[in-house]
Amino acid sequence: MSFTHFHTIGIGVTFSPNLTANIFEASRIALRFNARLILIHVGEVSDEKKETFVQTISPFAAKGLHYEIVFKPGKPVDSIVQVVSEKKIDLLIVGALKRENFLKYYMGSIARKITRKAPCSVLLLINPSVEKIPCKHIVVNGLEQEKTEHTIQEAFYVAHALESEKITIVEEISQQEIAAIEDDKSLRKATLEKEKLRRREVIRVNNIVSAIPDAHKENIVIASQPIFGKRGYSIGHFAQVARADLLIMNAPQKTKFVDRLFPHDLEHILTELPTDVLIIQ
Amino acid sequence: MSPKKSNIKNFFTSLPKNIFSGFVVSLIALPLGLGLAMASEAPPIAGIIAAVVGGIMVSILGGSHVTITGPGNGMVGVLLVAITTLGIEGAYSAIICSGVLLIILGFLRMGKLADFFPSSAIQGMLAAIGLIILGKQFHIMLANRLTLDSSFDYLVAIPKTVAGVFTYENNALIFAAIVGVLSLLIMVFYGKLRNKYFQLVPAPMWIVLLSIGFSYYYELVLQSPNPIAASYMLSGVPTATEIVSEIPTPDFGLFASFPFWISVFSLTLIASIESLLSIKAVDKLDPQKRRSNVNKDLKALGLATIGSGFLGGLNVVTVIARSSVNVNNGGSNRSANFVHALFLVLFIVLFSTQLTRIPLPALMAILVYTGYRLASPALIRKIFSIGKEQLLIFFTTLFVTLFVDIITGIVAGVIMTFIIHCFITKGVSLFIRNVMKPNVLMYKETTGQGAYYVSVKHFCTFLNYYKLKQKLDAVPEDQDVVVDFSLCGFVDHTVMENLHGYQEIFTKRGGHFEIIGLDLHGAESTHPFALRRLIPGISFLQHNLTRRQNTLKEIADDYHMEYQASEIEDLHFLDSFRFFASKKTESVYNVLYHPDHRLKVFDVDYSEGEFIAKENVKTTMFHIDLETKIPEFTLDREGFMEKLYAFAGFKDIPIANHTDFSKRFYLLGENEKEIKQFFTDDLVHFFESNPYYHVESNGDSLLIFHKERVAGVKEIKALYDFGVRLWKVIKS
Repeated sequence: MSFTHFHTIGIGVTFSPNLTANIFEASRIALRFNARLILIHVGEVSDEKKETFVQTISPFAAKGLHYEIVFKPGKPVDSIVQVVSEKKIDLLIVGALKRENFLKYYMGSIARKITRKAPCSVLLLINPSVEKIPCKHIVVNGLEQEKTEHTIQEAFYVAHALESEKITIVEEISQQEIAAIEDDKSLRKATLEKEKLRRREVIRVNNIVSAIPDAHKENIVIASQPIFGKRGYSIGHFAQVARADLLIMNAPQKTKFVDRLFPHDLEHILTELPTDVLIIQ
Repeated sequence: MSPKKSNIKNFFTSLPKNIFSGFVVSLIALPLGLGLAMASEAPPIAGIIAAVVGGIMVSILGGSHVTITGPGNGMVGVLLVAITTLGIEGAYSAIICSGVLLIILGFLRMGKLADFFPSSAIQGMLAAIGLIILGKQFHIMLANRLTLDSSFDYLVAIPKTVAGVFTYENNALIFAAIVGVLSLLIMVFYGKLRNKYFQLVPAPMWIVLLSIGFSYYYELVLQSPNPIAASYMLSGVPTATEIVSEIPTPDFGLFASFPFWISVFSLTLIASIESLLSIKAVDKLDPQKRRSNVNKDLKALGLATIGSGFLGGLNVVTVIARSSVNVNNGGSNRSANFVHALFLVLFIVLFSTQLTRIPLPALMAILVYTGYRLASPALIRKIFSIGKEQLLIFFTTLFVTLFVDIITGIVAGVIMTFIIHCFITKGVSLFIRNVMKPNVLMYKETTGQGAYYVSVKHFCTFLNYYKLKQKLDAVPEDQDVVVDFSLCGFVDHTVMENLHGYQEIFTKRGGHFEIIGLDLHGAESTHPFALRRLIPGISFLQHNLTRRQNTLKEIADDYHMEYQASEIEDLHFLDSFRFFASKKTESVYNVLYHPDHRLKVFDVDYSEGEFIAKENVKTTMFHIDLETKIPEFTLDREGFMEKLYAFAGFKDIPIANHTDFSKRFYLLGENEKEIKQFFTDDLVHFFESNPYYHVESNGDSLLIFHKERVAGVKEIKALYDFGVRLWKVIKS
């Protein structure tokens, strides 16, 4: 068993129309995980600012939420990443714009930069709201990667904490593994191959799931769905189609400059953000 | 997906049928090959060489099943340009190079190439080719040989030629023009005459036979010279030995020149598009529901083209018209293509001198008709019914092709389509932002029936249709597929048309193909694309009943039946009948229901062949949905056609003690023992004492009809009476 408890949750806050919604969401999540919330504001300290934050968070403080407000002047991304390591934050919440601007994609948006640089797990909220919206259905990737086992375990921990009803583990089977289909014969062959791959994937995922403590699996419907498509991208599409509330993904293995020019894997999801996305470090 | 069968045994049992079919196809291929070659200004024999080389090589190496290969209509335009600019020897070398490119395309798996072009642009290009053929040959058909600059000038000159015919003073020319017009009439009315003896010989061959007969009539009976001007007779058909001794040497002298490579690319592009479209269309007709390996076929076509070029032949492409004739005559594997080539060789060896008795106007009439079918007003009406913007794309491609050339034409069509798409979606960002994204997700649902679910995002047009196609091709056709466009902002006509093709194939092969999520698009009305107007119904039926329909209504009241004039939705009850195996049902309407709804008389509109070889036929039929299982069989009158079929491998099942019945009827079916049991004395007596009908069983229902045309009121009554009584006999 290897899952990280979220003891400390951080959120970057700025004075935007989304401020209340962001703080409310973060506070609710922190309460769920029994964690301490750290509000990170990039900028100089001022009493006025502090007062606004305290005001906004007060209903949750009354419910027993421990929180701290940190002011850090400097470049947004660097400052936030710095606070994350200083305060040993386990989960960083970022409010994102639903579909990032085309131009911003190349200039690099703050949310995506943080995702790349932050040493902790990152939760991207596409639609923070003041009202509570339950997280019913979680989709988690079952990619054949080292990190996957940890991610799936973490997903169950999160699902348990958020009282989700269903987890769907998606195994992505890449197109390269299947022979090209040209006629009936190759189609037959490919169909058999696919079936074999599908079974192999299901067994692999089942092995991971069986290692998870039963307590975390309580009241959760577990489904697994193999999909055929472009790695990393199709799972976002699936989450959208399956109307998932949260998509949990492995952290990217490494990103080079080239990756930013030719979007792949997580990049696709980050540009389109089909649902809230949690990236597990 | 069909299970593996013992291939060799299958091959030999179906060989007679394939030989027969290959023979019928060769009857068309001969005049068409000569004509297409002449239209391209190549020696007439070049077309035959292409057909022979193509038939032999593609049948051995190809990846499709029932296609026929040879010189193609589409190639005429580009070949004409190649031959006029490069000379015939130069053109042969261009043909050889295009063969090499085709092989490369095959190895690069570019079988999807044709999917990158908007369908209206392809239609426009084909229509332009049709007009090029029609425009040029029309004059020769009316014995007025012209040399003009552009293909458009030829079209403009048509009225003048028609008027000119009436001022001919030379009798020889008048005869030539009359032969042309008569031949054209044969082509036009051939499909309308559904007489089986007449239809045994294809229309082009009738023209050849009649004109050769005409020439002999003058020579032998009247003992006078042929009245048709000698300059309008087919000339330059070498004998077999001459062909072998006079193989031209391709001239690679222009290898480094720009026009050479333009020709090579045009030849390759058109050859691959024509072949790929044909293969796709023919796959829909294949009664055995096989899938062709297009890449393998491309390689084979390329190799055949190289061979043909070296031997003095034209490009080898897959041709739709001849392929559908092949399917209609029972061709079931590649041996039919091979046999068609062998018969062509035989014709040339035995009859090459007879061929010079064919008048040119007769041959050109065949081409004029083919050209007309490619650019018929019906086609334009169909495109217009899909949407005005499609017409714009169509005409852009058509006119640019006519005035400039084919490559520019198709490029203009693509650009026009894209501009229209941008106009409809109010901007380019939707396309630019998403064109590289893998926008198609497919997975097999783990719950329920395990249907394949396909979700398409962003947009789906000719630009990225191949991604969707790649996914759909990975699904066996007997499965269920749901394509969901609810996340997709824009779907174009090309995609809708292609999906419609998938729908047809899936239903034919026992699967199900559903398109969902487009309702919203219609409601948005931001893009008034004719997405759901793709299949224009026979809407006038609802409002305005014809006289026949009113009479049908009266019959319905008279016989206590229910009458429905409009089309019925579910046509699949016809699919499993042998009769419809190589035909496509278009609509069923004018339905008369028996009170208990298991019996119905209806008019069915179906088509044979695809594309330009498509013939629409309307027939009145009677359908009985039986409560019990019966063996599958086909029963028809014993006659000339059936004797011929028997020769081609079908077997008549004799019923013991009823020699009269066996003599008069032709009974066909797979399970001989069950059929013999089923045909009891009562049933046999019933058939013996009643008028002839074609009766067919598909295991749980019966289909009865008389002629391949719509029945009159009296005939409907007789058919109904026969059907009901047969039903009672079978039930008892």
